[in-house]
Amino acid sequence: MAAVQGGLVDASEEKDIKTEPSSDGCGNNDTNDARPLSTSPGSNAPGGNAKTSSGSTEEQQTLLAVLQFLKKNNLTESVEILRREAGLPEDSLDLKGSDSSGASSGGSAGGVDGVGVDASALLSRVTVSSSAGVQAPMKTSGEDQPDVNVVLSAYSQQGDPALYETYYSGLKRFIETVLDCHRAELSQVFYPLFVHMYLELVYNNHENEAKSFFEKFSGDQECYYEEDLRVLSSLTKKEHMRGNETLLDFRTSKFVLRISRDSYQLLKRHLQERQNNQIWNIIQEHLYIDIFDGMPRSKSQIDAMSGSLAGEAKRDANKSKVYYGLLKEPEIELPLDDEDEEAENEEGKPKKKKPKKDSMGSKSKKQDPNAPSQTRIPLPELKDSDKLDKIMYMKEATKRIRLGPETLPSICFYSFLNAYQGLTAVDLTDDSSLIAGGFADSTVRVWCVTPKKLRKVKSAADLNLIDKESDDVLERIMDEKTASESKILYGHSGPVYGISFSPDRNYLLSSSEDGTVRLWSLQTFTCLVGYKGHNYPVWDTQFSPHGYYFVSGGHDRVARLWATDHYQPLRMFAGHLADITCTRFHPNSNYVATGSSDRTIRLWDVLTGNCVRIFTGHKGPIHALAFSPNGKFLASGATDGRVLLWDIGHGLMIGELKGHTDTIYALRFSRDGEILASGSMDNTVRLWDSMKAFDDLETDDFTAATGHIHLQDNSQELLLGTYMSKSTPVIHLHFTRRNLLLAAGAYNP
Amino acid sequence: MADREERRFAEVSRDSVKLMAESTGVELGDDLAALLAEDVCYRLREATQSSSQFMRHAKRRKLTVEDFNRALRWSNVEAICGYGAQDALPFRSVKEGELFFIEDRDINLVELALATNIPKGCAETMVRVNVSYLDGKGNLEPQGTVPTAVQSLSDDLLKYYQQITRAILGEDPHLMKVALLDLQSNSKIAALLPYFVYVISGVKSVSHDLEQLNRLLHMVKSLVQNPYLYLGSYVRSLVSSVMYCILEPLAASINPLNDHWTLRDYAALLLSHIFWTHGDLVSGLYHQILLSLQKVLSDPVRPLCSHYGAVVGLHALGWKAVERVLFPHLPAYWANLQAVLDDYSVSNAQVKADGHKVYGAILVAVERLLKMKALSLSQPTEGGSSGQPGSVTGAMGYRVSSPGLSPPPEPLSEAALGIASHLQAGGAGCPWEEWTPVPLPAMYCELYSFFGDSLAVRFSTGPGFGSYPPCTPSQLSDARKDPPGPTSNSETTRKMPQLTANLNISPRQDGSPRTDPPPPSLASSSLPRSRSSSSRSGQRSTGLSRDVFPKARFTSSQSGPPVFSFLIGGRQMGRHCQGRRPFQTTFAPTPPLSAIPPRAYAHKLPVIGRVGKPVRRWAYSHYSLHLPL
Repeated sequence: MAAVQGGLVDASEEKDIKTEPSSDGCGNNDTNDARPLSTSPGSNAPGGNAKTSSGSTEEQQTLLAVLQFLKKNNLTESVEILRREAGLPEDSLDLKGSDSSGASSGGSAGGVDGVGVDASALLSRVTVSSSAGVQAPMKTSGEDQPDVNVVLSAYSQQGDPALYETYYSGLKRFIETVLDCHRAELSQVFYPLFVHMYLELVYNNHENEAKSFFEKFSGDQECYYEEDLRVLSSLTKKEHMRGNETLLDFRTSKFVLRISRDSYQLLKRHLQERQNNQIWNIIQEHLYIDIFDGMPRSKSQIDAMSGSLAGEAKRDANKSKVYYGLLKEPEIELPLDDEDEEAENEEGKPKKKKPKKDSMGSKSKKQDPNAPSQTRIPLPELKDSDKLDKIMYMKEATKRIRLGPETLPSICFYSFLNAYQGLTAVDLTDDSSLIAGGFADSTVRVWCVTPKKLRKVKSAADLNLIDKESDDVLERIMDEKTASESKILYGHSGPVYGISFSPDRNYLLSSSEDGTVRLWSLQTFTCLVGYKGHNYPVWDTQFSPHGYYFVSGGHDRVARLWATDHYQPLRMFAGHLADITCTRFHPNSNYVATGSSDRTIRLWDVLTGNCVRIFTGHKGPIHALAFSPNGKFLASGATDGRVLLWDIGHGLMIGELKGHTDTIYALRFSRDGEILASGSMDNTVRLWDSMKAFDDLETDDFTAATGHIHLQDNSQELLLGTYMSKSTPVIHLHFTRRNLLLAAGAYNP
Repeated sequence: MADREERRFAEVSRDSVKLMAESTGVELGDDLAALLAEDVCYRLREATQSSSQFMRHAKRRKLTVEDFNRALRWSNVEAICGYGAQDALPFRSVKEGELFFIEDRDINLVELALATNIPKGCAETMVRVNVSYLDGKGNLEPQGTVPTAVQSLSDDLLKYYQQITRAILGEDPHLMKVALLDLQSNSKIAALLPYFVYVISGVKSVSHDLEQLNRLLHMVKSLVQNPYLYLGSYVRSLVSSVMYCILEPLAASINPLNDHWTLRDYAALLLSHIFWTHGDLVSGLYHQILLSLQKVLSDPVRPLCSHYGAVVGLHALGWKAVERVLFPHLPAYWANLQAVLDDYSVSNAQVKADGHKVYGAILVAVERLLKMKALSLSQPTEGGSSGQPGSVTGAMGYRVSSPGLSPPPEPLSEAALGIASHLQAGGAGCPWEEWTPVPLPAMYCELYSFFGDSLAVRFSTGPGFGSYPPCTPSQLSDARKDPPGPTSNSETTRKMPQLTANLNISPRQDGSPRTDPPPPSLASSSLPRSRSSSSRSGQRSTGLSRDVFPKARFTSSQSGPPVFSFLIGGRQMGRHCQGRRPFQTTFAPTPPLSAIPPRAYAHKLPVIGRVGKPVRRWAYSHYSLHLPL
């Protein structure tokens, strides 16, 4: 799969995405680099030009590579200029290009891929020689090379491969002898150092040395890196590195460590004393050390936050302000007194409900200081039916059971029977009237949970016949003949991995392995739009709580924000280093959270498209996310079976819930946020006292400059109950408006 | 190699690559093969890794071929076809060449295409909701148990159901047989179970029609015997239907010409069969059933046929049930029965006949009780060394003999254990707590006071059959109360056929005590049951049981258990024809020994005659046993 990842099919579109991670990785990190975030390859051309001065064949090749890169990105003018300046014949580039594309087999994507790889190989060779000539380690990273990620990926060949083990064990010995308080912090260096040294050995074709190096030191690494180490150990040839996305990412992005100033000084002094340039260079080139003043962190503090593919989040990554407050609910008159009339209106004449914006002063709360302005994101106007639904919601809410440790919710389990085609995704409407399942056989099935049957709208010809003035026109447009308990939606050509109902229950979104997101109408039960933007499997999609917008994320590591009436995405959120496995909208629709296989969670601003939070701490791919109803907190569940709780405003981990023994696929807060329910592959639903978890926080902790918090291990206190299902993995959870917990999964006999 | 193992990877060796190359006609150098092998390994791992992603997102634990193919497809590699089967592929090895391969059998397409058993599509996917936890407490119903009733019936199943019920309840006996046989062995009718159970619960509505009742009971039997059916909670419903047949004063029994007795016997047999084979499911019911039987028995208003049902029911539940329920009730019940039997008025004739049936049933039950009790008492005396192996072979013998026999397969000895242990467990927590086992001699005396010689006769018939061959003459002569003589022996043989229907359970019961916990020793009979070996050895020294009881004599037989299994075979035939012949023929292996006890009893007969109750009663019992069953 990775090989294809490299293939940049839609050049103009993918270009930005591909360079984004790298700019995120290096551009931001280099403090002396004032380059704007949006990397324009054109602006880097001078850097490439600088190299043309020396006229060796290698320089020539570099030039060719730069040209190819430019051409690939359709920067024809730059190509022209460069070629003119360098005095290269016109056909040299084409010749090269056709050569490489011919050499690389496998489809059109592979062809383009071949060019890219070829270029990278060329460029890296250049870097090797140049850095070997000039012993300035900072030079390569400091400069902006044309193909930034490729150049940075090069490992300069320095030092004797046989000495790598000595270097590493020397450092190991040093770290083992430092004071206890520093040891934990400095130990963080081991893993990235180990990986980079190993890759360097592999890259320079010291296969045997690499093997022995790996065997000697892989056992020292933290257990949560086991997955990555396994990938690493299978990689023993330089050729293998080419297509391996994970490693590309590892090389291009800087591994972030947070180390206290004291510890850092210790390390620096040691390395400089020892003249240990090899290690020092790696630290300089590939590690980003986020130095803070204050007490060194303890082992447990570090362990809580580490585990992601690229180290911890930098502190400033989580500094920006997030408007996590909720939007003010539109004022709707709530006719509490007259329920019968209400029920009647619901079906018949919705026009009667005129919103009175400022009629009732009872609910007019002041605007939450943490809430975004009402118009920060343009939201769709409320339709009459939406208002009716809101009224229904409020009515139901008055009957809601207040949950707590003493009053746990009842659980209803929706079992999918005879789901031999493989249930892959489930969603329930907010009012719990419909349930939909995505299946591995590419179908989407919708069931009606209430006695009301699902009906299609009549055909156009039949619709012409009905009396449009009649009161029950909404009823008349439905075709009674099509009434059935369930409907099957055909259209995808691969397993449906994500599914989401629109808040107004008129639409259904489904994302599939075939790379599309489809929008289905629940009136006609047909596909309305196929959104094609992801070129790879789309793992998840979700509607905004206000409708209209939706987010999707998949194997291409880019989350996209769409509006239902645009066939192209409105925003692309790039930055994850591996697949985006799950996506969630913030309750105020201004933010999107994405969980990824790189074991990080990112929060993106819908308005600006920026990444405003990076949460690290999970030790496995994240498969479930849930925002608390008040928008302040985020819960995440991963394959490691742990649920982590995050404070969005402060950007900190505030809790860890241990108990599940397998991947958590479902997380949901109760309607008032007192209970967090988690459902897992281990066939259990667990209920957690989220109120307690949040209340126990001492907010003072957050104000501390270090921003490190002590997590107490109180999972057992917070666990309110464990509920077994019988061989039914829980893949979806939902609280009804009255706080009844619904769980869903396929019975696996 | 060591490092390779450490990494736990499947590796494709250089030789394999070379072989594969050769098979396509390419000659590869070693270096090239090694490089290729390494690359292949890496690509494989890469593909595996990305395929696992598809597995994770499909929320599965099992990596499928499809996942792998998807990974390949997304890496622009052609998918591998032909491995999509759900079942695991057999991976074979050839020993000589250390060659491993996947067996690829030829498939006869013609056969497949023309096959008549066209696979049915699987049932429709559906969503069902159940309240799993109410207020966060308690699991009302284990979630996920596919409620079989919920499964929609396919047309085929529906058809099957109609055909089967029609055949079973219809006129054609041959058709019925076929239907029952299919019901017994069909593995795909789980979904129909609730429907059949419902049909069977219709016994209450056809209580006037013996034939239908019989057929329904046969249906129960077939369902119970179907090894593919998990009866689950439906077993309760089945048991209640069976109990209905056993206990209720059926409308059919108003007409004396209707042989509802057989129905009751059969139902009792079925009940015991259910208990033997589905002990785990019905163990909770055991006490409930005992109680209801007891209730019927102690209710004088009930007709005698109900009482008869209660007695055979208890009998079916094993001698312990008899000991606990019937035996303590006997004195009270006896008075009523006596009154019936003593009434010679013409109007009472029918009732009296019924009374004799009850009398006979009780007799059979208590005799087996005595026999089994004696057996269980004497069991420990056989001691640690020889007793255990004997029980093992006994159990084995049962198992071997069971499958071939048609109507009720013989119970396994574990089942006996299950019930016995349950008896003890149940006894701990209910009104039976105060119940203490009556010592065998006392029991015998009491029973003897009721039944007199008729009891004694039956008592001695056991050895008469030759089931307990090695009894020493000296022991026999020692026995005080050894009752029977040649006449009684002939009596037995004469009565045998009538009693077989009831008796049939007893032989199979015989095996169970061997696995039972050791019963109390006679010496310390007032003590509760003791499992200690010391009491066993103590008992051995007392020899009291032998003095009091001739029974001990035959239980000392060690070749007993295998012989029992023979007995069963004989009984099967005995049910329908005159029982004696089959019994005799079956026990041909031990004729010389079987000859001894009758002779020994013969000496004792006069003594018994004197001690026993009035001759008149003896005659009655004699008469009663002549009633056709």
